[in-house]
Amino acid sequence: MAKTRIMLKVNNRDVETLAEPRMLLIHLLREQLGITGPHIGCDTSHCGACTVDMNGKSVKSCTVFAVQANGAQIITIEGLAAADGTLHPLQEAFREHHGLQCGFCTPGMITRAYRLLQENPHPSEAEIRFGISGNLCRCTGYQTIVRAIHAAAECMNSAKEAAE
Amino acid sequence: MSTETESPQESPQARTQKLEGLGTRRKRVEDVRFTQGKGNYIDDLKLPNMLFGRFVRTPYGHAHVKSVNKDAALQVPGVKAVLTADDLKPLKLHWMPTLAGDVQAVLADEKVLFQGQEVAFVVAEDRYIAADAADLVEVEYEALSALVDPNQSMTSDAPILRDDLKDKVSGAHGPRKHHNHIFTWQVGDAAGTERALREAPIVVKERIVYQRVHPCPLETCGCVASMDKVNGHLTVWGTFQAPHAVRTVASLISGIPEHKIRLISPDIGGGFGNKVGVYPGYICSIVASIVLGVPVKWVEDRMENLQSTAFARDYHMTGEIAATAEGRITGLRCHVLADHGAFDACADPTKYPAGFFSICTGSYDIPVADITVDGVYTNKAPGGVAYRCSFRVTEASYFIERMIDVLARKLGMDPAEIRRRNLIRKDQFPYRSALGWEYDSGDYLTALDKALQAVGYTELREEQRRNREAFGRGATRTLMGIGVSFFTEIVGAGPIKNCDILGLGMFDSCEIRVHPTGSAIARLGTISQGQGHATTFAQILASEIGIPAADITVEEGDTDTAPYGLGTYGSRSTPVAGAATAMAGRKIRAKAQMIAAYLLEVHDDDLEWDVDRFRVKGAPERFKTMAELAFAAYNKVPPGMEPGLEAVSYYDPPNMTYPFGAYVCVVEVDVDTGVTEIRRFYALDDCGTRINPMIIEGQVHGGLTEALAIAMGQEMDYDELGNLKNASLLDFFLPTAVETPEWETDFTTTPSPHHPIGAKGVGESPNVGGVSAFSNAVNDAFAHLGLTHTQMPHDHWRVWKTAQRLGLTEA
Repeated sequence: MAKTRIMLKVNNRDVETLAEPRMLLIHLLREQLGITGPHIGCDTSHCGACTVDMNGKSVKSCTVFAVQANGAQIITIEGLAAADGTLHPLQEAFREHHGLQCGFCTPGMITRAYRLLQENPHPSEAEIRFGISGNLCRCTGYQTIVRAIHAAAECMNSAKEAAE
Repeated sequence: MSTETESPQESPQARTQKLEGLGTRRKRVEDVRFTQGKGNYIDDLKLPNMLFGRFVRTPYGHAHVKSVNKDAALQVPGVKAVLTADDLKPLKLHWMPTLAGDVQAVLADEKVLFQGQEVAFVVAEDRYIAADAADLVEVEYEALSALVDPNQSMTSDAPILRDDLKDKVSGAHGPRKHHNHIFTWQVGDAAGTERALREAPIVVKERIVYQRVHPCPLETCGCVASMDKVNGHLTVWGTFQAPHAVRTVASLISGIPEHKIRLISPDIGGGFGNKVGVYPGYICSIVASIVLGVPVKWVEDRMENLQSTAFARDYHMTGEIAATAEGRITGLRCHVLADHGAFDACADPTKYPAGFFSICTGSYDIPVADITVDGVYTNKAPGGVAYRCSFRVTEASYFIERMIDVLARKLGMDPAEIRRRNLIRKDQFPYRSALGWEYDSGDYLTALDKALQAVGYTELREEQRRNREAFGRGATRTLMGIGVSFFTEIVGAGPIKNCDILGLGMFDSCEIRVHPTGSAIARLGTISQGQGHATTFAQILASEIGIPAADITVEEGDTDTAPYGLGTYGSRSTPVAGAATAMAGRKIRAKAQMIAAYLLEVHDDDLEWDVDRFRVKGAPERFKTMAELAFAAYNKVPPGMEPGLEAVSYYDPPNMTYPFGAYVCVVEVDVDTGVTEIRRFYALDDCGTRINPMIIEGQVHGGLTEALAIAMGQEMDYDELGNLKNASLLDFFLPTAVETPEWETDFTTTPSPHHPIGAKGVGESPNVGGVSAFSNAVNDAFAHLGLTHTQMPHDHWRVWKTAQRLGLTEA
């Protein structure tokens, strides 16, 4: 099948590649670019394991064609840490609060929470639960995930206040 | 190295803290990679020249395969092979043995027996091409009538499902009484139970169905097989909960010597029993790699996972309880019709075709019991795994915990009170149950009282009384239900004398190497799927050998490096491999003690252990730390002693362990919509010695959430043709953060007397105790209206139907 040339920015790195028009973004990331943080957990856009950030929105990359990402800015779990390697507060908080077990949902969950906290820097518990309801976890029962997101929000907000 | 006087004189408390040993809320070492997207799951593995395999699966529940034409598929550029049963026949690999003593078709041999069964295996350069080509394989079927209801399996006109077995009058577990019958398993005193039922003033009988569900881990099953034809070595990476056992099976099936097979379980994205079995995908990938000489990857998609790999439960139980007028149980009888699907691929110890279902006397002192289980074939997927429980223990616990509530209704007695009257008393342990198990330890009444007090049980019942009054006068349309459950698990399989799988005794193992600079590596026969073994096993060892957990690497899952073990399922890792870890640690410490005595020039017996060192009794300033002894092990051992500091333990547990707990669930039911809301869920668990409370709480949260899913919504829904109607996450219920309530956890600690550190295992308790707590709560909401039992799952539609049946809503 003929391939289309696409250019995009993934985790702040310019990428130019060829993809079949039918190729899904998740397959482009995982198999062509070697970015295996986002996972595939279902075929129907329910589980959210493939969640990445595309142009400032959370998307399920199994429901986006790679060609639709032409020109897009993509952030995956691999792109959340600072350039000097400092982990994102969410990454720290998930570990601190036991917000993961098998780790399979974690990249999608953290990437979703990353966007959630930009959409709503002070979410209530109910807002966090609703905000991550597109991401399934089979291990944790969500309680510790909710706690971790809450803790990360507090940490980010106080860092912001300190900077102002 | 430092001398004895140079070590800092920290307090024992400070040194203990530094170890992060038993009882510490140690943060998980695994999380560092998982939170950065650096886990290594099976689908992340990419090898040079690797091909992708994809199955052609049948849409039929039951059909003859008249022909398979692969010509069009082979014409697709990039397709390397299409395997069918005819290709596997010369290798005698078109059928494979199951873990339950049956056989299963690897690729359909003349017949398909369940929707989604594997018919052909397409191998291509990428997964898109493989999918294209799979669509082009033409299979001609002749449909046969499907048998879906296990209650119809043994009727006289039931279709013959297994042509390969039709003349066999006995199977792996004894005589077969019908062409669709697999086994009958009977335990207990039939005559004594019959007498108890006949003579009792009170007898209740109920039919209780535990529906077919699926473990559905977020990562599906998969593997990469790579045959090195030059050296004759086969390496298979895969989602294996029991890599060593799978290696042995692979060797027996393929004829490749076991030392030339290496199985590696990478990070596993949840198992819950789904990844115990051996699946056709593994066999086909191995064959394809052997034939094509390059690595072959197979990863199932979600629909394939739900349709074909390892369902759980599907137990149709009829129970009878005999009791006195005061509510003391005098006898229990249960008959189970077990739907095993098209092939008997249950993962149970060989002697237990119904697993440990005979734990169904539960936490109660029941003098006599009789259970019979009949396993039957239907046109559904094979499996019958222990979904987050020990073998068939969730079924047993659900059965008794529902039955005792049914008895309470009959007597007009409070569910907590009837449990109190029948619980095994503390002074009865070790307790031998009527069905032959020896419960190791327990303090049930203390746990029950603590739970009831914690939730304010008396006040809750008072609130419920007011709620019912208000409902009766039309002031509310919401009913309040309170579910109590008191469960006893049986985990940690198990003693070799009664537990094996395919002849492999169910011991487990740990091998430790202490490095000269005082750090160590421990390798185990188990494999974590999210339980945090790398964190907790290091904690066990830290407390045993005085090396900080942070300085101990834990490695599992590579059969070339790890000692043989039977893997992780049935909450057996802590009870068995955890015990092996402690025992291996003690061997290390014993050798270190001899080295210390030599260096300090005293007798072994003159030394005592002090957190992380041996010190001279009566002269605590004279000591050798483990770090010093580790180094000395490589250069200053006593004459005649071998250098080095290594140990291995293969642990055959003397008994199972019996975790228990008391759960209370408060639910509110809107009778007009059937919508339920879990208002409160309190879980008290007693798993013996607690290794890492943070991880225990996490396990309880997760297990309760899976219990919520099962009780309130999960059911594999087949139509009469054998179509699985909800084989995607659109329809198969997995709770999101919105449906999942806040969990309250609590504990008591009753150590196991026979486990080296007293631990019992916890991962599965919340599922075992949780399902009945939810279900009891929903049933309790309607109890005052005469309801004794409704079948799970208690989804909104079913709850609404119940309300309607009771005349609470208009039809």
